[in-house]
Amino acid sequence: MAIAARNRPGHDPYALTGNRTRDLGERVIHGLLLACALLSVITTLAIIYVLLEETVGFFQKVSFFEYVTGTKWSALIEPRSFGILPLVWGTIMVAGIAGVIAIPIGLGAAVYLSEYADQRVRSILKPTLEILAGVPTIVYGFFAVNWITPHLQDVFGDRVGFFNGLSAGIVVGVMVIPMVSSLSEDAMHAVPQSLREGAYGLGGTKFDVSTRVVIPAALSGIVASFILALSRAVGETMAVVLAAGSTPNLSLDPFQSFQTMTAFIVQVALGDAPTGSIEYQALFAVGMTLFVMTLAMNVVSQLLLARYRDVYQ
Amino acid sequence: MSAQPVILTSSNRQQTRAWISRSFTGGTFLCTLAGVVALSVLLYQVLDEGLARLSKDFLTTLPSRFADRAGFEPAIWGSVWVMGITALLTIPIGMGAAIYLELYAAKNWLTRFIQINIANLAGVPSIIYGILGLALFVRAMELQRSVLAGALTMALLVLPIVIIASQEALRAVPSSLRDGALALGATRWQTIRGQILPVAMPGMLTGVILALSRAIGETAPLIMIGAFQYVPFSPGGVADLPDCASWSDGCPLKSRFTVMPVQIYSWAARPQEAFQQTAAAGIIVLLAVLLSLNSVAIVLRNRYQRKVKW
Repeated sequence: MAIAARNRPGHDPYALTGNRTRDLGERVIHGLLLACALLSVITTLAIIYVLLEETVGFFQKVSFFEYVTGTKWSALIEPRSFGILPLVWGTIMVAGIAGVIAIPIGLGAAVYLSEYADQRVRSILKPTLEILAGVPTIVYGFFAVNWITPHLQDVFGDRVGFFNGLSAGIVVGVMVIPMVSSLSEDAMHAVPQSLREGAYGLGGTKFDVSTRVVIPAALSGIVASFILALSRAVGETMAVVLAAGSTPNLSLDPFQSFQTMTAFIVQVALGDAPTGSIEYQALFAVGMTLFVMTLAMNVVSQLLLARYRDVYQ
Repeated sequence: MSAQPVILTSSNRQQTRAWISRSFTGGTFLCTLAGVVALSVLLYQVLDEGLARLSKDFLTTLPSRFADRAGFEPAIWGSVWVMGITALLTIPIGMGAAIYLELYAAKNWLTRFIQINIANLAGVPSIIYGILGLALFVRAMELQRSVLAGALTMALLVLPIVIIASQEALRAVPSSLRDGALALGATRWQTIRGQILPVAMPGMLTGVILALSRAIGETAPLIMIGAFQYVPFSPGGVADLPDCASWSDGCPLKSRFTVMPVQIYSWAARPQEAFQQTAAAGIIVLLAVLLSLNSVAIVLRNRYQRKVKW
């Protein structure tokens, strides 16, 4: 009977066999595997729950308005003040400098790898960039403090502090170059060859074809790579802790020390904030802010990625 | 790659255009080199600073207030324990989730939701996982600052990466294999275990190794759950594992711990030059471990690509 059922056209090839022990086994395995996949959903819910729980407690003590508009952050030292703007500004400063470094260099590298490099050069350069992506962030932090900052001091003199935003921004920029280059290259790779050949046929040079045909055609994927890289820079922790220091700062001067949101979270964790204290709750409020910011950036970049995949794949 | 178009230049304008195109080529090449140069400078700087400090003693002694006597042993064993438990937790769960999503899940809203959710989790900053671990494992489950709390936190962190890499490996298996097995009357699980997994396994393992090697370098989440501490001992050996049945103090999973990147941070955060050298020596050890793990992954990938021909 089972065999007859299987031969029907359009029948589900995965239909259970009718053998009771076998079917039970199949159902158990199906359930176990589903549980593995659902664990990721539970993780997300747990993150949101944990962040919300303490954040709610935080906003019972501090007004939301003060938090989002205050210009002074002093969570650990009296008199306490919880204006998030200096931490957000420190984060924007570091991520902004990182973007200025990583976006042009990463895009240039992507154009070279996708449009110019022959197979042999590609097979050397691509893995090298992948290694760059695999270096732990603590190593980048060490490099910033021991190499980039002293060299900045040589060039710009005493204005450059031992902790400074520029050094942190540069090193985070180097860190996210591979992210921009590899995702942008994927997007350019997906552009059909016929578009390029059409442009050559009209007399375009390689420069014309790259900048006026390939880059516009791959634009949504390229922009997605920029946003993902910036999101990664916003969430970057150890390199920034080591290089930028822990001074909440609204200054425009990149040679000064800044504290990012991530650096504040680490600062609280290094001390021993008791559960329920205002600094412990502030850690979660800042964590929530960071989570919402990076999530928004990631969602936007995924929507953009889905768009270029729709067009060319 | 298409052939370079022949440019017949006579006018100035065409020469200018050809010149712009050539400089653009050079510019993009320099951009690509920038990454390579940065990597070389970084490695040179670390080796230059740390090689002199590297010795057998460094690997086998305890940390110390004195930079020239500070050793790496507890951090090395801490990393081994945390990553070992993390691997045990992530490999079955990550591969299971990937198998479900690729081979079982119907194309409905739930599957799409899980998939989007995993992509988003992969983009959550690692320090957020640290906050989760602090609130959930260290405080709520009262695991304190133990190896187990660290491993559970790291497992959640690497799970999305393992799932995505395993899914890619499963997608590379041709569907003819599956169709053949099903046509012969195998059940779905028999098909997966007998036909699909053996082919996909090397690819999945490559992904797992790369994900774990990322986790070995992670510092922030473990600082969050309290791995930043003076730990003058290693978590113990495999022989102590029976103590875990009663969760008594001899259990290595209950032990306080530090790991390589956190120990490096504690040295690098000190102003003294001698501690910077010690940090550099630690970095050399960490990078050596990462490099060997990556080589294993590459060898595995190459062997797998050579062997399987359709």
